[in-house]
Amino acid sequence: MTSSTFTDLDRRKRKTMMIGAAFALGSLGLGFASVPLYRVFCQVTGFNGTTQRADASAAVLPVSGRVLSIRFDANVSPGMPWEFYPEHSTDTVTVGARDMAIFVAKNLSDKPISGSAVFNVTPTQAGAYFTKIQCFCFTEQTLQPGQEVRMPVLYYVDPKILDDPDNKDVEEITLSYTFNPVEKVEE
Amino acid sequence: MTTIAADAHAHDHHDADHKPAFFARWFMSTNHKDIGTLYLIFAIIAGVIGGFISGLMRIELAEPGIQYLQTWAQIMDGPDATLDQAYHLWNVLITAHGLIMVFFMVMPAIIGGFGNWFVPIMIGAPDMAFPRMNNISFWLLIPAFMLLLGSTFVPGGLGNGAGTGWTVYAPLSTSGSPGPAVDMAILSLHIAGASSILGAINFITTIFNMRAPGMTLHKMPLFVWSVLVTAFLLLLALPVLAAAITMLLTDRNFGTVFYDGLRGGDPELYQHLFWFFGHPEVYIMILPGFGIVSQIVSTFSRKPVFGYLGMAYAMVAIGVVGFIVWAHHMFTTGMSVNVKMYFTAATMVIAVPTGVKIFSWIATMWGGSLSFKTPMVWALGFIFMFTVGGVTGVVLANGGVDDVLHDTYYVVAHFHYVLSLGAVFALFAGFYYWFPKMTGRMYSELLGQLHFWIFFIGVNVLFFPMHFVGLSGMPRRYPDYPEAFAYWNSIASQGYNILIIGVAIWFVNIFWSLFAGKKAEGNPWGEGATTLEWTLSSPPPYHQFETLPVIEDAHH
Ligand code: HEM
Ligand SMILES: [Cu+2]
Repeated sequence: MTSSTFTDLDRRKRKTMMIGAAFALGSLGLGFASVPLYRVFCQVTGFNGTTQRADASAAVLPVSGRVLSIRFDANVSPGMPWEFYPEHSTDTVTVGARDMAIFVAKNLSDKPISGSAVFNVTPTQAGAYFTKIQCFCFTEQTLQPGQEVRMPVLYYVDPKILDDPDNKDVEEITLSYTFNPVEKVEE
Repeated sequence: MTTIAADAHAHDHHDADHKPAFFARWFMSTNHKDIGTLYLIFAIIAGVIGGFISGLMRIELAEPGIQYLQTWAQIMDGPDATLDQAYHLWNVLITAHGLIMVFFMVMPAIIGGFGNWFVPIMIGAPDMAFPRMNNISFWLLIPAFMLLLGSTFVPGGLGNGAGTGWTVYAPLSTSGSPGPAVDMAILSLHIAGASSILGAINFITTIFNMRAPGMTLHKMPLFVWSVLVTAFLLLLALPVLAAAITMLLTDRNFGTVFYDGLRGGDPELYQHLFWFFGHPEVYIMILPGFGIVSQIVSTFSRKPVFGYLGMAYAMVAIGVVGFIVWAHHMFTTGMSVNVKMYFTAATMVIAVPTGVKIFSWIATMWGGSLSFKTPMVWALGFIFMFTVGGVTGVVLANGGVDDVLHDTYYVVAHFHYVLSLGAVFALFAGFYYWFPKMTGRMYSELLGQLHFWIFFIGVNVLFFPMHFVGLSGMPRRYPDYPEAFAYWNSIASQGYNILIIGVAIWFVNIFWSLFAGKKAEGNPWGEGATTLEWTLSSPPPYHQFETLPVIEDAHH
């Protein structure tokens, strides 16, 4: 069929249909694009307890007299043969001051296993101020059979938290990690 | 409102009523009225199945403890079904009920059924823009429905069937439900969604290009407006659902981690995507109902709709704002106070155009010469009950209040007031209103009124107590509950029994009227019925408007 056989109405209908289809495809594209967009959004805003990163040179001054209690929580995903726990489950830090927490992980199996940790803080609105300078969660960890490691997290709580009305009632922040196997563990 | 020049359809040079043979007519149908009829029959069958499932749920919930579920699980999963499998079966029942009612009953009936039947006629068009695409839209629903029903009989985790809830939240729907059932349910949604998107494009193209001369956008009947807005919502919202559930499929089968919080994904992203679709979806189910109710209230008040343009643009406003309120379904996921405040405020804004509509319906009736025929009492029931649902919606819209009420029966009460007593009442209203037009027979007024009153009492006895148990903290989606909730639950189950009698009367009415009903005139409703379908015979000729009607300017 050549286009000359189309009547004017057919042409108009086809045009509307194409525009409609374009809308639908655009929407579909947005649906998938939401994956990277959402990630960027969480990183920028600390939405949902996404923590922040800083390098060692970050200059932040402690605010004396303003302390927060930090609670550490460690988990492994179901079926992963690791033991994983914080050396101390709570700590008290001065806002703005650097602190170090130690987590211990041990491979209980007879095979080398790599894991990576996902992390989150609650209350979630504190995520934007919880800043890590160094963390075992930035990279993958590989443990040989029976190997035990002590892993540091170097962090501080950004003093800007003191000016945020959403965080004014926050006295305790929980930092939580969950280790997951990087390759499939066969059992 | 409008008048038609000459008898547009009466003097065709060939037989406008020539119909193809049975198989070609119903299986390869390209006729918008036949396809509309198919959609309506399909929706009725799906509604009976979905309604049967809710009956099972109400029997089990009539008393605390597990009475029947274990036995049903033995039928589904084999004689040594465990209690866990019984609980899984419960999840399967609520999932199937929700998905069937939303995707295979309300949407096919109100958009596919009434939309197909009356949008072309109301704008003076001979058919839909793409009749063959229309046929595909309908027939896609059959495999979609088969997939969903079939999923009940294959493994889906603890037992057979998809037990994810209609929201299909990850990780329950990913790592939590091994087996093909959830894949089948997801595929079913894909196909049903594709069907609706094609339908939406068809409606938009029809409405924009095929209006009869003189039928400007601002003269279109409000039902056409409502379908137009709905079609845009479908077009923009459904693809997002498609993307969301495609990622579920790949997470389930191809090792991606979009929603896997343990591997760098985020299950909450699924909730955002689902509700970005889900909130517009609830308006997709109700907007055409608004349109139907507007036609009926005007017809039986013998007055044009009060504030016609306000009514049309209120729907547009509801559609637009509906896209920016989705997270009111997610208040308990741990949002900051500011985000909660935004979503609370934005949600409440929707109550404004909704209020405009309700007041305009009342103003239409004000001073009108009212007659309370069956369609009108259903429309009034709609206005009344939908308002109740709207009020509980505004209660839930408060982020702080919702922290307490989320996932309780209060929410179940809310959405059944807007759907089972809103969308469904609009469907019955439309059914009685257009039954004479579609079939050429009058329904029985007595049975219609009886159906209304029994159904009305039934659904209220069924759903109103859910407010009480919800406020006292009964969570939704459980087959069992403590003694404290027993009283109102037993009442609710009684309501179901009443409602079923109403539905039975409806079926009697359909069959009685089809065979013995009085022959319907072209316009059985008198001067209040001003839209174009009432200028045609009942039923309309197989091909209407072979000469386009001309809509002359009249005061409105
Ligand atoms: C005034 C307008 C409305 C407002 C303010 C409103 C508000 C809300 C809110 C805040 C929720 C979330 C409750 C929760 O899960 O904790 C909700 C749930 C729901 N609403 Fe509405 N709503 C309105 C109208 C409607 C309409 C018109 C419909 C459908 C026709 C509808 C259908 C639903 C459904 C199906 C759910 C529950 C979804 C689920 O969790 O499974 N709502 N509504
Ligand atoms: Cu909503």
